[in-house]
Amino acid sequence: MTSDQQGSATGGSRAGTAEQVLGDEDVLLPELVAHLREHRTRLRQQWATRIGEAHLLQAMTSQEVMAETTSVYDNYVEVLETGSVEALQRYARDLSERIIPRGVETHEVVGIVLLLRDVLARSLFEKYQRDVDLLNRVLDAYEPAANRIANTVAVSFVDERERVIRQQQDAILELSTPVLPVRERLLILPIIGVLDSERARQLTVQLLNGIRRHRARVVVIDITGVPTIDETVANHLVQTVDASRLMGADVIITGLSPDIAQTLVTIGVDLSKMDTVGDLQGGLEEAERMLGYASGRPDGAAGP
Amino acid sequence: MSPGPRLFSILRQGATLIASVHTALDDSQMERFREDLVDRIGRDRARGVVIDVAALDVIDSFATRTLRQITEMARLRGARTVVVGIQPDVAFVIVRLGMDTGSLVTALDLEEGLEYLAARAVPSAGAAR
Repeated sequence: MTSDQQGSATGGSRAGTAEQVLGDEDVLLPELVAHLREHRTRLRQQWATRIGEAHLLQAMTSQEVMAETTSVYDNYVEVLETGSVEALQRYARDLSERIIPRGVETHEVVGIVLLLRDVLARSLFEKYQRDVDLLNRVLDAYEPAANRIANTVAVSFVDERERVIRQQQDAILELSTPVLPVRERLLILPIIGVLDSERARQLTVQLLNGIRRHRARVVVIDITGVPTIDETVANHLVQTVDASRLMGADVIITGLSPDIAQTLVTIGVDLSKMDTVGDLQGGLEEAERMLGYASGRPDGAAGP
Repeated sequence: MSPGPRLFSILRQGATLIASVHTALDDSQMERFREDLVDRIGRDRARGVVIDVAALDVIDSFATRTLRQITEMARLRGARTVVVGIQPDVAFVIVRLGMDTGSLVTALDLEEGLEYLAARAVPSAGAAR
């Protein structure tokens, strides 16, 4: 009974505090905003100095840092005033778009926002240090808003970064498996870079459709630019060769590096059915021979 | 054999039979296809057979085996067989599932298949009737 009463009493007092804070927010936030507006130049200058000291944003010139910090500062104060993060979100996205290509890192963006938070908090301490109770209430009003801002900026930055990465991944995937017709009925597929299973799958699709579209009879896959291959990809490659054969095209693989040759032999992929030639030049000569072109010596007895 | 419409056609063009499968065949229809085709090879004295499977979007293990059997049986009866028109996805599935295509000869399309047979045709004295 007593503990129950105690509990409800505590609960009541908590609710009271919450109400008080709500009331405080209405009164204190405008006061806060006015304070920040009043000392805008000094605080912003302080902030910029702190950024310089912390060696953040070094990819940008000091004028740019100045311009951006001014905008961020104004946006920051505006969010404190209105409580609406949408404008800030837009601005942060915009800012990220501008600074990501210049190599600004996530920790820098988070760092500068936290520095601003710190600079402003310190100025509040200074202003209200004589009245600890008031200081506490001011901080109660300030902290959640400041946290929300830091959160918004960081999340916007990371989102933008991820969007850029996704875009680049798509572009790379598109570029990664070109199918090039060199002569009638002859395709080459130069592959450069690491061949993972997703790329290998893409390669198969492109190759088989390319065979049908170009009515190819011989395909040269050049893997000179592939550093390593694992078992899954090797097996996939063998299957691709077999599938091409079912579509009436012979596949020649060229440019197997010593490393890859070693891997393939060690993991025991069955390559007996694979036609391999040392380099791309040899592969093309072999392909032309298979297609019945006289292989290219200009002074030879080559037919038309 | 099983009643119902035939889902394949076998046409003669010179010494070559062109067999087209029009739609997916079930196992008994596949068997009927095999019987009819091997029978026609003898009757038409064919030296080459082109089997066009371009209309199929699935070729299962039974179909693969039947195609292989046809190739073997046709060879025993004196004709070369080439399977044409396997679709890209179908080709990859066949390989992926590890179906044994063994002696199967394949080409891109009908034209290629005919060219393959023409290039390997043995000029035989008995061909002219």
